[in-house]
Amino acid sequence: MKELSLNILDIVENSTKAKAELVEIEIIEDKTTLTVRITDDGSGMSEETLLSVTDPFYTTRTTRKVGMGIPLFRLAAEQTGGSLTITSHHIDDYPEEHGTVVNASFDKSHIDFTPLGDIVSTITTLIQGHPDVDFKFTHTVDDSSVSLDTRELREVLDDIPLDNFEVLLWIKDNLIEQYNKIKYK
Amino acid sequence: MKSLAELQAIKERMKNKIVLREGTGDIRVVVGMATCGIAAGARPVLAAFVEEVSNAGLNDKVTVSQTGCVGYCQLEPIVEIYEAGKDKVTYIHMTADKAKEVVEKHLKGGKIVAEYTVTDDN
Repeated sequence: MKELSLNILDIVENSTKAKAELVEIEIIEDKTTLTVRITDDGSGMSEETLLSVTDPFYTTRTTRKVGMGIPLFRLAAEQTGGSLTITSHHIDDYPEEHGTVVNASFDKSHIDFTPLGDIVSTITTLIQGHPDVDFKFTHTVDDSSVSLDTRELREVLDDIPLDNFEVLLWIKDNLIEQYNKIKYK
Repeated sequence: MKSLAELQAIKERMKNKIVLREGTGDIRVVVGMATCGIAAGARPVLAAFVEEVSNAGLNDKVTVSQTGCVGYCQLEPIVEIYEAGKDKVTYIHMTADKAKEVVEKHLKGGKIVAEYTVTDDN
C-alpha cells in the first residue's frame, strides 16, 4: 500500500465484516514512533484463526484463497523495525467482551517507513460505507490531538444518516480544520 | 470551525428532504473496497462518485455503496452499476477522473462509457 491510511482502511473493513458496532482507531505519534491501534467489538477470532491470520494464504473470503490485508500491514510495520500484534476474543468464548485489537508500531525515521497519507479520506470512506457502525478516531501528535466520535454526531443528527453527503462533507472539513489547528502536515 | 451547531443546521435542512427521498434510489453504484481495490486506488474513486453524484443533484436517484472483492483483482478499481430493468455495467481500472466522466455521461446522460467497461479481452 502507498499509504498507511490505506492499510488502516483495509484493516477496519475486517472489523465491519466481523459485525463490529464500535471501532476505535487510535494513532499515536511522537518524533520517532507512530503507533496504530484498531480496537473493535466484533465477533473476534478463535485462537486457531488468530494463528493463521498473519499468513498471507489465510483468508475468510470465498472468491479466492489469498488474504493480504494483515500481512501487508505487518510488512509495513516490520520493514521499519516495528511490529504488529493482534489479540482477539471470540464471541463463543467471550460472549460479553468479544472483539479484536490490532496494534502496529512503526519507526518513522526508517527509510522504509510508509507515510500515513490521507487519513481523513480513510475516515470519511469508512463512515460512508458503514453508516450504522460507530467510529471513534483519535490521532495524537506529541501533545496535541485530533478526534472524532460518530456517537456524538449521531446525538445531534437524530435519524439523519451519517452517509448523508452534507454530513460527510462536514466530517471531512471538521477533521481538516482540526489538523490545520495542530499544524500537522 | 465546523461546529456541532453547523451539523445541527444540516439536520434541520435534511429533515424536510428525507421525506421526498422515500421510495427512490433506482441506480446503485458499487465500488470494490477489498484489499485489492484499496491497493489499486478505490478510495479516491469512491470519493469522486460520492462527491460528483451530489454535485450533479442525483442523490435522490443514485446510491453509492461499497463491496468486497469480486474476484477480478487485476482489474481493480472496479465499479459496478446496477439499474432496474437493465444489465449490470462493470467499469474497470477506474480513477477519480473516469468516475467524474461516468457520473456525467452514464448516470446523468444515460449513456454507458464503453471504453471503460470490461470486455472479453480483459
